Amino acid sequence: MNALARMVRSQAGASVIATLLALLIVTLVIAAGGYDIGHAATALWNGSVGSPYSFFSGTLVRATPLIIVGLAVAVAFQAGVLNIGAEGQLLAGAAAAMTAGLAMTGWPGWISVPAELIAGMLAGAACAGIAAVLKRSFGVLEVISTLMLNFVALYGVSYLVRGPLEEPTHTYPETLRLAESARLPVIIPGQRLHLGFIIAVVLAIAAWWFVRSTATGFRIRAVGAGAAAAASAGRVSVDRVVFGTFLASGALAGLGGGVQVTGVTYKLFELISPGYGYTAIAVALLARLNPLAVVVAGIFFGALEAGGAGMQRDAGVPAGFVYAIEALVILGVLAVDRVRTYAGAHSAPVAGERAA
Amino acid sequence: MDFHRRADWAVTDPAYALTLHGITKQFGSTVALDGADFDVRAGTLHALLGENGAGKTTLMRLAFGMLRADAGTIEVDGTPRRWRSSADAIAAGIGMVHQHFLLIPAMTVAENVSLGDRGILRGFNPRAAADRVRRIGTETGLVLDPAACVADLAVGAQQRLEIVKALARDARILILDEPTAVLSPAESQELYAWLRAFVARGHTVVIITHKVREALAIADDLTVLRRGRTVLTGSSRNLDEIAVIGAMIGASVTADAPATANVSAPGAAVMSLEHVSVIDERGVQRLRDVSMEVRAGEIVGIAGVEGSGQHELLRVLAGRLTADRGHVKTPAHIGFVPADRLRDALVPAMTLTENLALKDSGSARGIVNWDSYEARAAATIRGHDVRTSGPEALAGALSGGNQQKFVLGRELEGSPEALVVENPTRGLDIRAAAHVLAELRSARVAGVAVAVYSSDLDEVLSIADRMIVCFDGNATATAVDAGAVARALVGLG
Repeated sequence: MNALARMVRSQAGASVIATLLALLIVTLVIAAGGYDIGHAATALWNGSVGSPYSFFSGTLVRATPLIIVGLAVAVAFQAGVLNIGAEGQLLAGAAAAMTAGLAMTGWPGWISVPAELIAGMLAGAACAGIAAVLKRSFGVLEVISTLMLNFVALYGVSYLVRGPLEEPTHTYPETLRLAESARLPVIIPGQRLHLGFIIAVVLAIAAWWFVRSTATGFRIRAVGAGAAAAASAGRVSVDRVVFGTFLASGALAGLGGGVQVTGVTYKLFELISPGYGYTAIAVALLARLNPLAVVVAGIFFGALEAGGAGMQRDAGVPAGFVYAIEALVILGVLAVDRVRTYAGAHSAPVAGERAA
Repeated sequence: MDFHRRADWAVTDPAYALTLHGITKQFGSTVALDGADFDVRAGTLHALLGENGAGKTTLMRLAFGMLRADAGTIEVDGTPRRWRSSADAIAAGIGMVHQHFLLIPAMTVAENVSLGDRGILRGFNPRAAADRVRRIGTETGLVLDPAACVADLAVGAQQRLEIVKALARDARILILDEPTAVLSPAESQELYAWLRAFVARGHTVVIITHKVREALAIADDLTVLRRGRTVLTGSSRNLDEIAVIGAMIGASVTADAPATANVSAPGAAVMSLEHVSVIDERGVQRLRDVSMEVRAGEIVGIAGVEGSGQHELLRVLAGRLTADRGHVKTPAHIGFVPADRLRDALVPAMTLTENLALKDSGSARGIVNWDSYEARAAATIRGHDVRTSGPEALAGALSGGNQQKFVLGRELEGSPEALVVENPTRGLDIRAAAHVLAELRSARVAGVAVAVYSSDLDEVLSIADRMIVCFDGNATATAVDAGAVARALVGLG
């Protein structure tokens, strides 16, 4: 077996190959578009990791919601729940956290900040809960219901910032800013990096431990990998596990929204998320649903987004190319998985086609 | 009703419309067909019988060019043929109606009939297509509205459409896979009458079925497959239900009762059902007022032809299915070995350690002690002769026999009070099968209450202390004797 085949067979190797393929394709497209590759690459580097400011205030700030929401997607996918509504759950969480924050003006931070984040989690869980109930009661595919709920949440936020939560002068479609005390503290003086990043990393470690070491985590994995066997051999209540995981996933995505308003924007407006909920799907898949790898993948995508902004500003290369990388990474991971399946077919016996 | 009779196709020589000889087909490590022979006389209705997994559908898919045989010959009207695809078989005059219809619900009848027309440049002419459906309707009596949407058709009409599709391509040999499975009794009668008329016009029909009584009533000839081999073939006039059932499930009915001495005296009832009924989600009654018990230290054998209620009975006994009526007593610690091990027993993508932990997964709380599960998986591997690299091997990487040994070992771990086993040797080679049966016997000696179902009657009879036979949702106790069981299997008990 040559080195490439070995790499394809390891999970991390597959992700690395997919990423390199995506970067290569986008590089070729950028070159074909007549842009100076060297200039673009320098701008990408400078905008993401080239200086302490770009790394701590650009890359890691963008990585924070990607990690938290990436965990939401990874946990759901582990149970076989295809929650692609993290964007909507994030928006619901952001709106709820903002509402709580504005309502608690004047309260001490150690009460109002946790209350905001809890409100975000509850709203995210409620948003996912609609899809979970539809699935459990009527068999509605969550891929469709969660995707549609994204639009409901998006227009819900539009309504809030143009209606009940709009700032008093009615000049801009956005809320008032949170009071200083109601914000997540900055953890490095002079940078924008806030406590949310620490929360994200702690959550990733906790999720990794939970899925790996607890009985509930094992049930989640077993239901995702073989629901019929879990039900028959383990007498696991598959419906309950799916329902619970769905709510937990929504809560995590909602927390991502809460962290974003309390740590970065300090106010709610329509474009509060540049599609973090969708990018989080790429993060989770690139991380092969492993919570620890979600941190790495989240920082990688955070760097791409920060660097992409720099690339557009300094080299005139549209940041859209960076989003193309994200999409190509997903396709690359799926393609490499196919190859792995075929490669694995030689070593593992496949179940014979059912003969009747 | 005059079907265009072809002068060049009289029922003279060749006497056989379809001849399959020495057909062998393997899927991965599973042998689906093992040198099967199948001869269909021209101008007859031939029933192909066998239990689930006997290889009936695979054999007919080979005849229809959907699959390619590993070995064996196919002859149509006495001419040797090699199919590259179904298109070749269709061109040779073979048509097949699959158990699950291959129709596009959103399209009309005429559109569905025209779907298989060859040629990229040939346009679709709606009027000509409709005319063709009407013409076939008047010629054959299979009348359908060409403009009707398939989604609006009843199941019987959809099946007529499938036949019309085959006739539109001039099929002379029609193969139908379980054609009456989805039909009401009245629709079945109608279909059979039509098939008889089709045969009377000189054409040939093969029906795949496991309904013995129906096959004997309407077919000229019967062939029975078991485990990929032809075990019985002949004219339906010379065969009776018991002989056919015996061939299907693998028992020579004339054989004496096997001398299964009941070595251990059974103890108290461990599993018991009283007046249990089960109704499935489609509203079909699967079990009717069943009462039975399994005592400690005995093996109760369960037999039943496909769909007779044994599937549900086993799951009620194992506590995996809740009865709609009646009283069920099963112990808390009960092992269950389902037939479909890669779906219901194991998670192929998980390690053996994780698959061992699976059995506690529904009730486990708190933190999982993986070290302990790994040790238990290692002990199971050692204790039950599972050939694998170790507890960290993926379950999907094991051979079928080793997977089954691991599942059985897992379910026997920690001395369960009862064990429910379904088709335990399906797909295993002789050595692995013997090992599994030996494990069941030693479980009985250890005082476990064992219930075993197998679609192979010889196998159940060889290990059972008592027999329960399922027929149409009823469970009847019979002697441990092939003749008695065969009669009960068709409701003559």
